[in-house]
Order: sequence, then structure tokens, then C-alpha cells
Amino acid sequence: MGQRVLLIEDEPNIIEAVSYILSRDGWTVHTHSDGETAIEKVMQGVPDLIILDVMLPGRSGYDILRDLRAAAETKDTPVMMLTARGQAKDRELAIGLGATQFMTKPFSNAEVLESVRALAGS
Amino acid sequence: MADRILTGTRVRNRRLDLGLRQSAVAERVGISGSYLNLIEHNRRRIGGKLLGGLARVLEIDQAQLEDETSASVITPLKVAAVEFPSLAVGAESAEEFASRFPGWAGVINSQQAHIERLTAKVDALANRLAHDTKIATSLHEVISTATAIRSTASILVETPDLDSEWQGRFHTNIDTDSARLAESSQALLGLLDIETGGDPSDVSTVVEQAEALFAARGFHFPECENGDEPDWPDGVDGVAGEIASGWARDYIADAARLPLAQFSPAAEQMAFDPARLAARFDVPVELILRRLAQLPASAAVPPMGLVRCDSAGVITFQKPILDFRLPRAGSACPLWPLFQALSQPGHALRSVARMSGAARTTFECFSIAAPVGPVAFGVPPRIEATMLVRPAQSDEAPNPVGPGCRICTVEGCTSRRQPSVVQPKG
Repeated sequence: MGQRVLLIEDEPNIIEAVSYILSRDGWTVHTHSDGETAIEKVMQGVPDLIILDVMLPGRSGYDILRDLRAAAETKDTPVMMLTARGQAKDRELAIGLGATQFMTKPFSNAEVLESVRALAGS
Repeated sequence: MADRILTGTRVRNRRLDLGLRQSAVAERVGISGSYLNLIEHNRRRIGGKLLGGLARVLEIDQAQLEDETSASVITPLKVAAVEFPSLAVGAESAEEFASRFPGWAGVINSQQAHIERLTAKVDALANRLAHDTKIATSLHEVISTATAIRSTASILVETPDLDSEWQGRFHTNIDTDSARLAESSQALLGLLDIETGGDPSDVSTVVEQAEALFAARGFHFPECENGDEPDWPDGVDGVAGEIASGWARDYIADAARLPLAQFSPAAEQMAFDPARLAARFDVPVELILRRLAQLPASAAVPPMGLVRCDSAGVITFQKPILDFRLPRAGSACPLWPLFQALSQPGHALRSVARMSGAARTTFECFSIAAPVGPVAFGVPPRIEATMLVRPAQSDEAPNPVGPGCRICTVEGCTSRRQPSVVQPKG
């Protein structure tokens, strides 16, 4: 069984595409679409890497990231933030809250794979 | 005090600019030539009535002669100079410039103030782009959909041995996402298609605010039906309130000519047919169109939108329905019957129209252009076009209309004003 990645994203076709390319690369992919219950999902089994969208129903990715960094179980888990907003202040906010990496949509599959592999090795 | 231009110097410069003799000016203000000489060399303080007299004789605003204005005149000049360093005018010469050409200094300062106001407005718009939740949500939708398409398409291209089940799923995903992208990008452009004016911190226009007042009441006002103007909520912008009140007065006048008690049952009985209703009540068609759009919502009444425009094609009133809304800024598709009516006043037009793109409503459109207000000999009439739209009730083939040239993919359109940013399907 490969390393586990949890993709927290509400766009079903992004979930399907990213899940496919990560699974093909050997990752065990779990997905979750709701911001409000995202922390519970993480705590059910802390993954090796979290890919976290910023704009989620129920709760923003920034708030989720803040809680992840405050929890002992997830304070060191690599988190890659996904956002449709590419402004510098969004990146600064994500990094300031403890994001390991920040990726702006639309991204390419190669970028996602490269980043995930790099984070897994970090 | 580097910014200070002494009043005496200003008086002297102005007098010399006008080519007046010192003695002549002194005589006209009732002082001796020698006293004026002392003033001009800043050896006597001056103010009040005497300064006012000199300003009148020198044909200049008194404020432009007063010391107190010097900083307010020179500082903006220096700011303007600093902002255009490539022109190398030298901020230090602002004092000399203001002293010699106070009128031109005033022009530059007015322009500088105007630039600052425009800058504030641009900032407000940029702020809206960054923080308006509707725009942010719409932008997120567009980019997320584009991301899904990009990622899915890459998989299809880069995985030649993809099994048929996955291929089918991804093809379906691209199909649904491309339709969503078309819709969401158009919605985003609609949000960005804004006019600006008034308070730069609030880029919602007064017309939009007035329209919101009507929308909040479903475009039906029982008090107007009874001849009374509505009360607007506290905090409504004064100009927006005036516009809405103007529309309400038109509503009251229409209701007086066609009372709801008679019109509503007749409209239902005649299947909301504007031509039959106009004949039944012997009134202009445009009045029928307006009254139909003012009917209270009920299960028996189909959704009916209304749009009015002036002879320049500028939308002056709009009741949107479903996916029907025309841009106010003059970028609407000229193929809408509303605009065709403008070229043939008095000719009632009926047609079925449908915008290109997926999930579009086919609308039945009734339109007419007619003079409004008093008609006088030798005075061009004020022409207004009115169009009522409602979902088409027949299978009649629709005429194509576009969402606006920028995002319209219709090829070979003779009414196209500018190239589309959307590539037609190859």
C-alpha cells in the first residue's frame, strides 16, 4: 500500500482527475468534499499528505489549515493548498498559516505530481 | 516657508500680466500709487476689503491672491510634477509657475484632483474585484471548471492506453465541464459589466440600487396600484431613491390608466396576449407591456421580464427574469428585438429569440418603440423602446441573439462590433 494522500476538494471532476493521476502514481487517495467536517475526516486517519482547497463549502481551507497546525497529530503533516486565487496575499496567508506548499488553479497534472512527490520526500 | 507666495508678489504679477499701470490700479481701488507699491513689494500687509477691491480690478478670484492659498495651490502642483518625473519640470519651479500663471495652476490642480478621484475609483473597482463575494465565487467557479477540464484533458492525451470505461467517464466530465465553463464565464462577465459613478467607494450604480428596490418588491407595488408612492427603506441613496420614485410615478400613471382590478382578469382571460389586450382596452401596446410586467406573481401569471431603452440604446429600466438580462453599458447584442424596434417607431414586433449556448431559455419577445412625453412642432420626439419577454410557449424556431459580441461565438454575424474572446468550435 502506497503513501496516503487526503484530497479535500469540492469540485467532483477535479477530485476524479487528481485522484486518477495520484493513484496511477502509486498513492492511496482518500477524498473529502466538505469543509465543516474536514478535520474529523483527517483525524480518522492522519494521511501522509493533505491537498487542501481554499474555497470549500462550510468552512474555508485557511480555517482548516489553522486547526491542523494547532493539533499535535497534524502539526507536521505536509499540506498543499489549492486555490483559484493567485494573488500574493493569498499565498502569504497560506504560508503564514503553515501551508507547506501553495498551488494556484488551474494547475497541470505534472505540477501536482511533482509537488506531491517532493512533499512526500521532504 | 518654501511654498509661500506673498500676496504683494501675486498682486504685482497679476497687474503686469494684464499690462496695467500701478497708478491706474491704485486709483481704481482708492489708494495712492506709492501705497500700492509698498503692497506689491510685500512691505505692507493687506487683506479684507482692499484685497477684495484689488481682486476685482485685477479680474481674479480673491483666494488666488491670498497667502493662505499658496500651499493649497503649490503642493498639488509639486505632486503633479513629481508624478511625471520624465517631464523634468522641476517641483521647485512650481511657486514661480503658480505666481505667474495662477489660472493655469488652477487648471493643473483641478486635473490633479480629478486624477486622484479616478485613482480612488480604480482602487475601489480593484477592491471589488478582490473582495466582492459574488465575483470571487463566480471567478472560483470559472477557474475550478477550467482546472478540471485541463487536468482531465491532459489525462486523455497523455494516457493512450486508458481503458474505455475511464475514457468514457473523462469525456463525459469534459463535456459537462465545458458547458459549465461557458455558463460561468458568461455570468462572470455579467458581474464585471458594471458602470461606475457616484461614490467611488461604492461602485454599485444608482440605477442598480434603484433596480434593487424594485426587485426587492417583485416589481409589483400595491401602493402604486392605489395611487401612492412607495416608501423606500432608510439608508437608500438619495439619487437612487429619486430614480426609483420616478419609476414609481410612471407606474402610478400606468395603473391609473389600466386599473389592476380590470386589467388582471382580462390579461388572464386573453392569455396575456399584448395585442388582444391593447385592442380590448384601446390603449398603446407599450402600456400593455409595462402593465403585464407589473402583475403580481402568481401561479396563473407566467414570468415576464421587461426592458426599456432610450434612442441611444441605453437600458433605462430592466426587470430581469430567468437568464434574461441585458447589459446596461451598451454592449448588448443589437439583434434583440428591443433595438430593432428603435428603427421603426410605432411598429409592434413579435419574435422568438434564443441566445447561443447551452441551457438557454427561448423567449417570446414583444417590442415597440414610441414617443414619450409631450410632442411639439420642430422638437425631436423622445423615443423609447419597450420589450416584454417571457418563456416561449410554442416550438417556433427561435432567432439567434448573442450574449454580447465579446463572448458570442456566432460566426458571420453582420452585427458584430468586435471580435469574440471565445473561440468557436473548430
